[in-house]
Amino acid sequence: MQEDMLQGTLDVLVLKTLALGPAHGHTIAHAIERRSEDVLQVEHGSLYPALHRLEDRGWIASFWGTSENNRKARYYRLTPKGRRQLEQQTNRWDEIVRAVNRILRPATD
Amino acid sequence: MRGRRFFRRRFWDAERARELDAYLAQEIDDNLARGMTTEQARTAAYRKLGNPTRIREEIYTMNSVGALESIWQDLRYGARLLRRNPTFAIVAVLTLALGTGANTAIFQLVNAVRLRSLPVDHPEQLVEIRIVKAPHGRTGQFNGRWPMLSYPLYQKIREEQQVFTDIVAWGSTTFDLSQGGEVRPAEALWVSGNFFPSLGVRPAAGRLLSPADDIKGCGVPGVVLGYPFWQREFGGDPAVVGRSIVLDGHRLDIVGIASSTFFGVDVGRAFDVAVPICARAMFTPNSGGLDRPDLWFLGALGRLKPGVTVAQAGAHLAGLSKGIQAATVSPRYSATDAQDYLEMQLGTLPAAGGISGLRRTYGDSLDVLLAVTGLVLLIACANLANLMLARATAREREVAVRLAIGASRRRIVRQMLSESLLIAALGGAGGLLVAQWFSRFLVAFLSRGGGSPLFVDEALDWRVFLFTAGIAVAACLIFGLTPAIRATGVAPGAAMKTGGRGTTEGGTRFGVRRALVVLQVAVSLVLVVGALLFARTLLNLSRMDPGFRQDGLLTAAFDLKKAGIEPAARAAFDDRLVERLRSIPGVTTVARAFTTPVGENFWNERLLIGGVAQKDAVNINSVGPDYFRALDIPLVAGRDFDARDTPQSPRVAIVTESFAKQYFPGGRVIGQTFQFDAAPGEARPSFEIVGVAADTKYTDLREPFRPLVYEAARQEKEPGSGLRVVIRAQTALPAVSAAVTRAVQEISPSIAIQYRTIGDLVDESLLRERLMATLSGFFGVLAVLIATIGLYGVMSYMVERRRVEIGVRMALGADRAAVVRLIVREAGALLAAGLAIGLVASIFAGRTAATFLYGLTPRDPSTLAIAAAALALVSLTASWIPARRASRLAPTAALREE
Repeated sequence: MQEDMLQGTLDVLVLKTLALGPAHGHTIAHAIERRSEDVLQVEHGSLYPALHRLEDRGWIASFWGTSENNRKARYYRLTPKGRRQLEQQTNRWDEIVRAVNRILRPATD
Repeated sequence: MRGRRFFRRRFWDAERARELDAYLAQEIDDNLARGMTTEQARTAAYRKLGNPTRIREEIYTMNSVGALESIWQDLRYGARLLRRNPTFAIVAVLTLALGTGANTAIFQLVNAVRLRSLPVDHPEQLVEIRIVKAPHGRTGQFNGRWPMLSYPLYQKIREEQQVFTDIVAWGSTTFDLSQGGEVRPAEALWVSGNFFPSLGVRPAAGRLLSPADDIKGCGVPGVVLGYPFWQREFGGDPAVVGRSIVLDGHRLDIVGIASSTFFGVDVGRAFDVAVPICARAMFTPNSGGLDRPDLWFLGALGRLKPGVTVAQAGAHLAGLSKGIQAATVSPRYSATDAQDYLEMQLGTLPAAGGISGLRRTYGDSLDVLLAVTGLVLLIACANLANLMLARATAREREVAVRLAIGASRRRIVRQMLSESLLIAALGGAGGLLVAQWFSRFLVAFLSRGGGSPLFVDEALDWRVFLFTAGIAVAACLIFGLTPAIRATGVAPGAAMKTGGRGTTEGGTRFGVRRALVVLQVAVSLVLVVGALLFARTLLNLSRMDPGFRQDGLLTAAFDLKKAGIEPAARAAFDDRLVERLRSIPGVTTVARAFTTPVGENFWNERLLIGGVAQKDAVNINSVGPDYFRALDIPLVAGRDFDARDTPQSPRVAIVTESFAKQYFPGGRVIGQTFQFDAAPGEARPSFEIVGVAADTKYTDLREPFRPLVYEAARQEKEPGSGLRVVIRAQTALPAVSAAVTRAVQEISPSIAIQYRTIGDLVDESLLRERLMATLSGFFGVLAVLIATIGLYGVMSYMVERRRVEIGVRMALGADRAAVVRLIVREAGALLAAGLAIGLVASIFAGRTAATFLYGLTPRDPSTLAIAAAALALVSLTASWIPARRASRLAPTAALREE
């Protein structure tokens, strides 16, 4: 269960990253790390099964392209289906955060 | 999604590997830019990514459908195992293939002949209409394969009945496609006008016959071709519709082709051409036309009105019977015949599956053969079980090791199962081949009977095959699963401790194997006894003295319709023809004959002696001078027919010894007279007996000798349009028939000729016996072979298991003979048990086969003894081989293993 939750989290982070534009694995990993201000330290390798899974579900698509320093790299972009998914997942995440917050910090009268 | 990637998982793996490499390259570049050394940059990059191989593996498993993957693995492993042990594999697959294949083929034939419905509209509504009760038999002329009704009877039934929506009639005949010379026969149907429309047959081209085509006095009608004939004869060319075809010298227009699925209503026969019944007047102008109520040549099928049962329809017809028959008594009947006719009763029989002479002749034989192949399958399954058990035992140690190092029990069982499945699949595929080959062989075998080829739908029946293959797979699984589960149930430690000798056999498992061998021996004995009974029946029949010598005898039937010979000139013409044939080199004797023994024609009449009607009809043949010499039938007393016997001289006859014994017991026979019964007002000439001939069989070799009268062919007042002769020759018969054709063509090119050798006629009449003997013999040998392999396997295994014991015995002074005795005694016990059960079973099974036997009873003691002895000999030889191996064992070697 815990694993599932983490996995789901990683998925949504990947989708969010790709919402800004196509990127390859290396970029995605570093982007997540950087934008969480290094709080979310993921082993970059675990990103790839997640990418594979997302592509399987049709939420993202991939193509080979040339990276900023002129290397061949596999790029990923968000599909329309993935965009809808991102919205849903974001809403759901907000709900959970609100719910957890209500429990952890009850409003003081 | 997954499915797609499953089949391309190698590609995806390479793809991911490239992607990971790209990541590493990028990260290393970044690290270098941060000022690390090359070595540091690499290490840091790998640390950041994690283990690439593990990542790839994770993705690879995501791509594979787990169960499928391991099943594939198991199958490959199973195939490897089978390749490593080819004897086991070959024996298992072969027995399975033969068992399932033979079963499928026979069942297919049973299905085609017996179970399948006619390919017409609503076959379930069809019933056959015929005379169901004729206490004193029917009298008259019988034509075709299904002579159940006459045309007047059919007409009258159609008029009076109220239970059928319609009744169709058909008859069978053959037409000659050639125009003179040797006959090229076509299977033909006479059909009533409503035949095709009522049955719901659709044309493949053109149109089919309709009631408008079948009108009395129709002259030259149209003809419909059967689909196979159309393909064979015209290459399926649709343009033949509108062209013509010559049948028996008459040119008829082809109006259409019947649909490819419709072969007629006689299962086992396919029609070539169909003409309306009214055409009989044109084809056989001399037979007295359609109005003869004593001309039996039609079969009839009725379509029941909704809600009427077969029984109700039968009762309805039975009620109408008397009136219908009273209106159709033949003027040719004598008073007795007419009385008999009125006593007959019409009725119905279910006919959704059509009617079939094939079914009548072979139905029961097919049942017996089905039982035989079923038993073979049983033996094959038992053998398979035995092999599987042996295999599981041999692998006990391997299984124990694998369990010990952590393999799951389920995984091992599944792996062993996949091996069984592989055998089942290979055996099934082999069975498919065997079935097709065997089914073709069967049809070819049965087609040898009587001229026209047999038509059986040879298309493989998938349902049948799936059923048989299902049995085989089930057998493999059950017998593969049980030992697998047991083997994995043993504590690994215990199995490994005992080395290669196994622990679990402790009684039960080995007991199962013994029981299987006993079963195999018992069933084999039943099959061998059956095979011997059928073989000896065939032998008895072919060795029996039929009263004549069959080799070197040819019959030739001449059709003189087109030769234009005046009836008055016929006697002289016949003499000249016989004389001409006699002059052919190599021909020793030529004689006229209405029919020959085991021939296709028969003729009988009611006998009057001293004006008193005798109880039974007596068989008759009409022969020319030299007939007895040609067939090598001894004349016991009196003279042969000769030139003294003419149409003008007093009628003479030669009778057989049985005739003399039955009608003139003790007294003088030569010079006595008798008459035949005839219609009121007709002459009843008196025949004087001038000779007595030895007995011969008439139409059937299996019948005892019956009284037989020979009339003089030369005295016939109304010669028919045909002439048949028997020819005895010293040279090869095909050469003789060629010479005869040439000689006859010289006389008149329009004479049609048909040849049969008496040898062929005799062979054909024994076809059923030959079929039973051949097939049961084949399966008997197969069964013994499989059972022997089973016994050999068990004995080999036992020797292996008792190596140490035998070593100890030999070390303690047992000699080789004693060891051999030990093993063979054990085999003997199994054999004896099997034989005892088998003998009892044989006696029971024999009862069902009693009707197929000739000259011996199903309990024939010598047959039982020979079968048991043969089986014992083969089995003991098979067990002697492992016994000898055991006796060659070096005691020290065996003991060292302990």
